Amino acid sequence: MNQAEFIKIISPFKDRVFRLARRLLVSTEEAEDATQEVLVKLWNNREKLNSYSSVEALAMTMTKNYCLDRLKSKQASEMRIVHSNYTDRQAGLQQQAEDRDSLQWAEKIMAQLPQQQRLIMQMRDIEQYEFEEIAKIMDMNETAVRVALSRARKTLREELTKTHSYGIKRN
Amino acid sequence: MELREIEALLDKYFDAETTVAEENSLKAYFAGDAVAPHLQQYMPMFGYFAKQQELHFEKKLPLKTKVSLTKWFSVAASVVLLCGMFAWFINGNGPQQELGTYDDPELAFKETQKALQMLSGKVNIGVESVNYLGEYEKQRKTIFKE
Repeated sequence: MNQAEFIKIISPFKDRVFRLARRLLVSTEEAEDATQEVLVKLWNNREKLNSYSSVEALAMTMTKNYCLDRLKSKQASEMRIVHSNYTDRQAGLQQQAEDRDSLQWAEKIMAQLPQQQRLIMQMRDIEQYEFEEIAKIMDMNETAVRVALSRARKTLREELTKTHSYGIKRN
Repeated sequence: MELREIEALLDKYFDAETTVAEENSLKAYFAGDAVAPHLQQYMPMFGYFAKQQELHFEKKLPLKTKVSLTKWFSVAASVVLLCGMFAWFINGNGPQQELGTYDDPELAFKETQKALQMLSGKVNIGVESVNYLGEYEKQRKTIFKE
């Protein structure tokens, strides 16, 4: 397998790997490093890739494991403190201030979810994987995936409703 | 899409029972302008999901370089070693080639003779010391009679 062929294989899902890593690691720089790491690992094992039914599922599983390891290690926990006040690089400062504000709320609330729920929500609501694929990547059964996803969605709704009606409703 | 349909879909959505297609129609509805007032609270949620899909990985991938760099490094190292040894031998042999040569044949002959004389003198000393071995042989024969 040469470099061009490899790029062709990874290009459909490299953004997904990056977004999954960013969901867990929060910081964009850390996520970029993690993505690089995972893709280079795939490249080094390029001769064995044909034996996997889905390279994408493999990459997502590797990303999940790599990021969870990073979070467990002391180094990463220090980095997380540094990056807890991250800013969204993509959003322009002046554009749609109110809109962006509520989107940032969604991001903040999602960051507070347990890691497993965060992963599942990312893969379903953003990457639109089927439950079967998510179950395979997470090494869980489909029912458990649905339960976790339902919980995550309800938490997000609850928290967003609270923010949305802040100052209108009395809690 | 009808409002009632949307509400039913939302209920299914929060129980995680919608299909990807149904979720997409929900996203499309909330991305549009005609969102019912009591459902507007869900807009940031679906808006956020849609926006997150636009994040891209733009960093360059360092493919191959790692492997080939070490390979070329070892090649370069062996070449340097070879050149170094070559240069060492060239420099080491250079001055030695000019030692011990004579231009005049007669002088060369005399010197060679002198050198051979000296050698044979040394050989004679060697032979004298070997004579002791004959003595040893004699003594051995007197003790161990065959």
